[in-house]
Amino acid sequence: MPKMDAVQLQLLKEVADLHDVPEGAYNLRANGKSVGRNTTANIDITTKTEGSGIEIHIKDGTKNESVHIPVVLSESGLKETVYNDFFVGENCDVLIVAGCGIDNCGTQDSEHDGIHRFFIGKNSRIRYVEKHYGSGDGSGKRILDPVTEVHMEEGSTMEMEMVQIKGVDSTHRSTIAELKADAKLIIRERLMTHGQQEAASVYKVTLDGDGSSADVVSRSVARDSSYQKLDLCIIGNGACSGHTECDSIIMDKGRILAVPSLEANNIDAALVHEAAIGKIAGEQLIKLMTLGLTEAEAEEQIINGFLK
Amino acid sequence: MLELKNIRFGAEAEGRAVEIIRDISLTINDSKFVVITGPNGGGKSTLAKLIAGIEQPTSGQILFNGTDITNMSITDRARLGIGFAFQQPVRFKGLTVLDLLRIAAGKTLTVSEACQYLSEVGLCAKDYISREVNASLSGGELKRIEIATVLARNVKLAVFDEPEAGIDLWSFKNLIRIFEEMRKSDSDRTVIVISHQERILNIADEIIVLTDGCVSKHGYKEEVLPEIIGSSFAKGACPKIEEGDSENA
Repeated sequence: MPKMDAVQLQLLKEVADLHDVPEGAYNLRANGKSVGRNTTANIDITTKTEGSGIEIHIKDGTKNESVHIPVVLSESGLKETVYNDFFVGENCDVLIVAGCGIDNCGTQDSEHDGIHRFFIGKNSRIRYVEKHYGSGDGSGKRILDPVTEVHMEEGSTMEMEMVQIKGVDSTHRSTIAELKADAKLIIRERLMTHGQQEAASVYKVTLDGDGSSADVVSRSVARDSSYQKLDLCIIGNGACSGHTECDSIIMDKGRILAVPSLEANNIDAALVHEAAIGKIAGEQLIKLMTLGLTEAEAEEQIINGFLK
Repeated sequence: MLELKNIRFGAEAEGRAVEIIRDISLTINDSKFVVITGPNGGGKSTLAKLIAGIEQPTSGQILFNGTDITNMSITDRARLGIGFAFQQPVRFKGLTVLDLLRIAAGKTLTVSEACQYLSEVGLCAKDYISREVNASLSGGELKRIEIATVLARNVKLAVFDEPEAGIDLWSFKNLIRIFEEMRKSDSDRTVIVISHQERILNIADEIIVLTDGCVSKHGYKEEVLPEIIGSSFAKGACPKIEEGDSENA
């Protein structure tokens, strides 16, 4: 394991479920520097010659391998923008785990903006997990503004799991995807904000090819006085199918603006959107209370289940 | 023992005050299987909710095994051993059947223990254990899971609000078997069922008839059932069930 302190190790556990060096390819970044890297015969990781960031090259036909690229920040006042590009060959089946944890005990804002670009080859299948987590009791904010760009070739599949449950003061997440024929994109976002946090999550998925499809589902909870804006847009330019769903719970003085939108530019585009915002149903609380939980315990169970 | 003393409950409907429960006093002894029946709008479901603490009486007192529970919360009553099965089971996005059974049992149930409760309500456990308790389940499935959550709690007093509402024929027959088993398995457990069904009335020790918020009859099944049989609140089962029974006989 590269040299990391207890705080950094805790952050690593939260964002990537890592207790130790992962198997396969990885690049660990702590406080602005790469602190560990491993490549495999099929997966190469190189430092960008211009600007900050890495390039990940995955060879054609790479299967059952994984890439971990977690980032941890434990220094108050550190601000960085990192460009990571993934070049995935054809006929691959790979798990990519990213994510960023910020611990800020100081008074200055800490910020990590990861710009991830994916170029996914024909018939490849990628599972991408990205978790964001913040901790520390300093007055400095923990800010994450990630941008994810996905370019999908014919017949490729991408499953994205985006999770931000705790501790990030401000986030503006932008995800843009373009799909060619028969490509399939599945996005599951889980977001919880509390305190005075603000989060914006914007998706723009363009279904260019015939037979392409997208299923974008966001489940979110806004507690205390936090605010969320969820903007999920699918554009159908081919004979495609798209579904977008924002399902949100508001608590206390939490506020949510959900803006699902669809644009069909082809007679054979079939697009659906759903959006629902509401507080926890009283009858759900009552049911769990009749099973012996207090109101607060019932609330916790409902939220945990909803964001599971 | 459950004692209701001079219970009244009022609500507002269309701008005017309506008294739904009018001075009900009742004693239900331990290990009894009691069915509460009566015309629609007579206050049966309200009475069940008053016992579980979901509604608070306007006046009167409720005692459970000698403890005054009138002002106790739903949670505290549940912890004292009162279980309640909803007429319209609640759906949860994200919570699985296993999650709900674990919450009900108040401990980490093994999958096989959870499966046992599901089998008791006629559900094949492996098909249901990891299903979410959401809109993908049918009304009948939800109802059986609702009953399983009460079974998992091992309560002293179980209140079922119209368990037969919204379930299919097969489930209805199974339901009667579940109630019979409940009586056999724990001699201390008292069961109160709100029902219109003759088949459920028929397995009762005692029957209470509630009309216009008052107890119009309360006695042993043998006394009360002949007086009410054939009325709208002691309905025979669907003819298909009766037919099925005679075929099986």
